[in-house]
Amino acid sequence: MTDTVRLTVNGRALTVPAGATVAVALAIAGAACRTSVSGEPRAAFCAMGICFECRAIVDGGPHQRTCQIVCRDGMEVRTE
Amino acid sequence: MTRSFDIVVVGAGPAGIAAACAAAEQGRRVALLDDNPAPGGQIWRGPSTAHRDAVSRAKERWLHRLQQNPAITSLHGCRVFDVPGDGLLAAEQNGQRVDLRYSKVVLATGARELFLPFPGWTLPGVYGAGGLQAMVKAGLPVRDQRVVVAGSGPLLLAVAAYLRETGARVSAVCEQASWRSLLRFGASIAHTSRLWQAAGYRWRTRGTPFHAGCWPVAAHGGKTLESVTLSNGTRQWTVPCDLLACGFHLVPNTELASLLGCTLQQGFVTVDALQQTLIANVFCAGEPTGIGGLELSLAEGEVAGLAAAGAIRAAQARIPRRDRLRAFAAQLAVTFALRQELHSLSKADTIVCRCEDVTWRTVSQYTGWRAAKLQTRCGMGPCQGRICGSALNFLLEWSPDSVRPPIFPVSIASLAGPTASAPAELSAIQEN
Amino acid sequence: MAARDAIVIGAGIVGAACAAELAHAGLRVTLLEQAQPGTDATAAGMGHIVVMDDSPAQLALTHLSRQLWDNLAPSLPDTVEFDRCGTLWIAQDEEEMAEVHRKHATYGAAGVETEILDAAGLHAAEPNLAAGLAGGLLVPGDAVLYPPVAARFLVERAVASSAKFLADTPVASAQNHTVTLRDGSSLHADVIVNAAGASAGQLTPGLPIRKRKGHLVITDRYPGFCRHQLIELGYLKSAHSVSADSVAFNLQPRRTGQMLLGSSRQYTDESSAVDGRIVQAMIERAEHYAPGIGALSALRIWTGFRAATPDKLPLIGPSLADASVWLATGHEGLGITTSLATARLLADQLLGRPSPIAAEPYLPARFENAQKTGAHD
Repeated sequence: MTDTVRLTVNGRALTVPAGATVAVALAIAGAACRTSVSGEPRAAFCAMGICFECRAIVDGGPHQRTCQIVCRDGMEVRTE
Repeated sequence: MTRSFDIVVVGAGPAGIAAACAAAEQGRRVALLDDNPAPGGQIWRGPSTAHRDAVSRAKERWLHRLQQNPAITSLHGCRVFDVPGDGLLAAEQNGQRVDLRYSKVVLATGARELFLPFPGWTLPGVYGAGGLQAMVKAGLPVRDQRVVVAGSGPLLLAVAAYLRETGARVSAVCEQASWRSLLRFGASIAHTSRLWQAAGYRWRTRGTPFHAGCWPVAAHGGKTLESVTLSNGTRQWTVPCDLLACGFHLVPNTELASLLGCTLQQGFVTVDALQQTLIANVFCAGEPTGIGGLELSLAEGEVAGLAAAGAIRAAQARIPRRDRLRAFAAQLAVTFALRQELHSLSKADTIVCRCEDVTWRTVSQYTGWRAAKLQTRCGMGPCQGRICGSALNFLLEWSPDSVRPPIFPVSIASLAGPTASAPAELSAIQEN
Repeated sequence: MAARDAIVIGAGIVGAACAAELAHAGLRVTLLEQAQPGTDATAAGMGHIVVMDDSPAQLALTHLSRQLWDNLAPSLPDTVEFDRCGTLWIAQDEEEMAEVHRKHATYGAAGVETEILDAAGLHAAEPNLAAGLAGGLLVPGDAVLYPPVAARFLVERAVASSAKFLADTPVASAQNHTVTLRDGSSLHADVIVNAAGASAGQLTPGLPIRKRKGHLVITDRYPGFCRHQLIELGYLKSAHSVSADSVAFNLQPRRTGQMLLGSSRQYTDESSAVDGRIVQAMIERAEHYAPGIGALSALRIWTGFRAATPDKLPLIGPSLADASVWLATGHEGLGITTSLATARLLADQLLGRPSPIAAEPYLPARFENAQKTGAHD
């Protein structure tokens, strides 16, 4: 078992500590999670699965709460 | 798929873990479910830090007790969204619907932070206070990052201490409650270990200015946070920072209790001495019955778990200790009551509803929550009004709507139910 | 009769439209609403502006209404979310394709543009529909809007024409030119318009109106999942079966990118609670037509009550017992569409103006005649 995980964020490779959530990976990548309905960049906020600000596309599935999902090797994350 | 248990405990924070352990140790088959990837709730989330205090010692003790009990089935990443029938909960886990049948249910759904909208609060880099701590516990590196911790509640110092230990440069801790409130609170807990706990946090954040009677009024930045403006009511000043951890104490998660028909008083679930709600077979423990912190949550969880398991005497024996802890909870509410000035935090252009980007100007034209929702979409997004609804409950004293399923967004497939067969009387049209 | 002033009861979309029309025509109008504009059945509806041809009278009323919405469209604020996305009636098989052709002819004769789609055309128009469907009928002039804001817009138009609007003002009784409010005070007018929807019968006893419950599910934003308001042709069988609980596939693309999923009809359930059985049946029906819909995230479910009449046509005109009380209710599932034509027909009758369509099929008196001749039930 390795202590890092490799995934892609908007197509760019990224290595994060094992156990990191996708929201953390997006923050490390310097990416906002989503664009709000009026066009603002938004990132994780409550980090407890309540506020839904950290929604992003995980392995093709839109509107995933990335603060509740642990990164896995090969995961593809795209911002919304 | 439907799974049956004697007791289902919803929420695997301290109250839920204590309830599950107490019930399982009475020989009951228990399911402990939580939407987070691991048990521990918010306070026991993630790996322990090097610093060993009362919180981390309790965490190790309880997680050990939980993990060595084979009568407890832990369901992680599992979120209850509906009550499809008597003694039945519908949940979604890994995108699949799971129905859980119970004889008794213990609601230990915890609390969320209260967030108040102020200019700039939607900028990336602004987090909840517990929110930033949760991100760091989930792997976010904060070494040498400049952080301001602001808002209200005992969580602020704990978060600041944690952030310091993980390498952040915490430039200020701002508590909106006055020194007067805090000192009165300190005196009221002087005979307890809590004063030592608070003193410990303060020791661990020594060198960081602590401002009482101080609150954030604006966050600034282009695409991400660059600085925050603070106010003490007479003076405002701006502090450069990379991260802002800001929450205004806690509000209970009572949606499931409401859906089950439990009575709420002033936002909290009504329970009897044995933590039973007014609905038969439904118990509630921890923050949903009153914001009281770790020790009270554990005490209520044990009483609820024992009572749900039918061990009434053992449950009753724990009542006096729990009641002493409740006195502390009452002090918390008084001490960290939000000041009037916070009613004017939101400015005309401030976004109140983050899901639908509804501004204060737009929403504050309406006289109540329902009309505002329908006319502006405020609270109509995926958080279902949990963030803006709680804020507007404080800002405009709007009471929340009645609770309808699903209490969390859920896939349409899960909504359709665990089985594929439609009731006969509804299939007539399909036969045409 | 030349009325000079009117009290309209109910600021759902129908009452709001009536108040706007009467005030515009120069009457002194007071609009009373027990809560806030558009918060009851109006808020519960889909907001579909649709031409329907269940009967010639329904076709005439919905067609006129759609024209009136088209006229109004340029003045609608953006927040009404008026979107001429069109309706696509879906045929499963050859039997339903025959219905497509019949509908095409009927609509064409009435001057409503439609286009017949074969299986390939249907798939091209809506790629997320199931394979194997026979085809469909596209009605490109139909539209979608957001009803609560549309109702408020009409209230504001009424107020701009000098109508008086009283929100949070429940009415206790309405008869003989007098409206008594719940607080005991009373108002007087030449004409009282009862536009209280499914509750109209509480103020005007004896109305042939029953509550018909419906459920809707709304999703998060999935722009493009469908492009037109999709309705199965089996909807006709469902919407018009008078007794049994029924569901039909009805999917609407909101301008926000959200998908609004219907529909259900129940007569027996007077509780506003969400009925899991019905939701389950609705979703199974939807998955039959749009197999990918199960993956979409549902945000909310709600219920509402349609004001249903025995012949599925609204009550527009003087009540039977009290010459001062006029009715504008009983719109079942078509209140959003037919609100504007209702207001027009009501105003025309009150002011003695000619109407673009015959008013007789919608007169409340039709039920009196039916009873007298024994032709009804």
